[in-house]
Amino acid sequence: MAIALDAPRSTRRKPSRRSNFELQAWLFMRISGLALIVLVLGHLFIMNILDGGVHRINFAFVAGRWSSPFWQFWDLSMLWLAQLHGGNGLRTVINDYARKDATRFWLKMVLYVSMVLIISLGTFVIFTFNPNISN
Amino acid sequence: MASSTTAASAVASGGKLYRGDLGMWSWVAHRITGVATFFFLFAHVLDTALVRVSPNIYDETIATYKNPLVNLMEIGLVGAVLYHALNGIRVMLVDFWSKGPKYQRVMLWATLAIWFAVMVPGAYFMILRTAKTLLGGGH
Ligand code: HEM
Repeated sequence: MAIALDAPRSTRRKPSRRSNFELQAWLFMRISGLALIVLVLGHLFIMNILDGGVHRINFAFVAGRWSSPFWQFWDLSMLWLAQLHGGNGLRTVINDYARKDATRFWLKMVLYVSMVLIISLGTFVIFTFNPNISN
Repeated sequence: MASSTTAASAVASGGKLYRGDLGMWSWVAHRITGVATFFFLFAHVLDTALVRVSPNIYDETIATYKNPLVNLMEIGLVGAVLYHALNGIRVMLVDFWSKGPKYQRVMLWATLAIWFAVMVPGAYFMILRTAKTLLGGGH
């Protein structure tokens, strides 16, 4: 039996007039991926290798890093981009595997709530960090 | 059965088949490492948020991470993110570079080669401290 497949970019398919959301999401995955290469690999390299890993981490270490607007901005961008990139990736994964519409809907709700929670909490912590907070 | 079906349709489609091919596994690994990193990030933002609660509580929480098991998990995380990043570059080259699809397999081998070249010394430096502590040497 011959396999009948439309050639890619087949002219028979009418272009969709609906929304470009999926195309934009696809592009965003690639653009954010480029930025995350620097932000995330840089973060992992500095924290795990140059600075010697979790053994060096404590409150004073965090206070030292966030005393610089440069690292505050680095961490803030990384937080937003990683959440949006990873969250959009997970949306794709849920769309692929959820079998019932209700499951798909609720899994996505859990995902979106967790993204809003993590982005807001992380942003709040970076902006309101106080090195002199009492123990 | 699966393999003979795969072989037959591979011939029918001119030898180019995605399912069961190395390219499919590179995608499976990309998906698993992406999802795992997302879950890690969830926990990582929550624990770091403790700096806003109290220095003592933050330090006590981080102290529970200072053991060999977590050290191995850190190496696993770095390995997962590194694979995801390198393969992500490969995916972008396949999408945007005119010769990308032609070289996708070569680029997968390059990805794995770079991964090993970085992970071998990387894991060495990351495990050094744990090894020294376990062997009773330094601090
Ligand atoms: C370090 C740099 C990174 C690069 C270059 C990168 C690149 C990419 C690319 C190009 C895709 C799209 C693949 C496709 O459409 O087939 C993707 C998917 C994905 N990424 Fe990343 N990424 C990076 C970091 C991250 C991080 C930090 C996370 C987690 C927070 C993450 C989670 C995901 C997930 C869950 C997917 C969806 C996988 C799928 O649909 O199979 N990525 N990544």
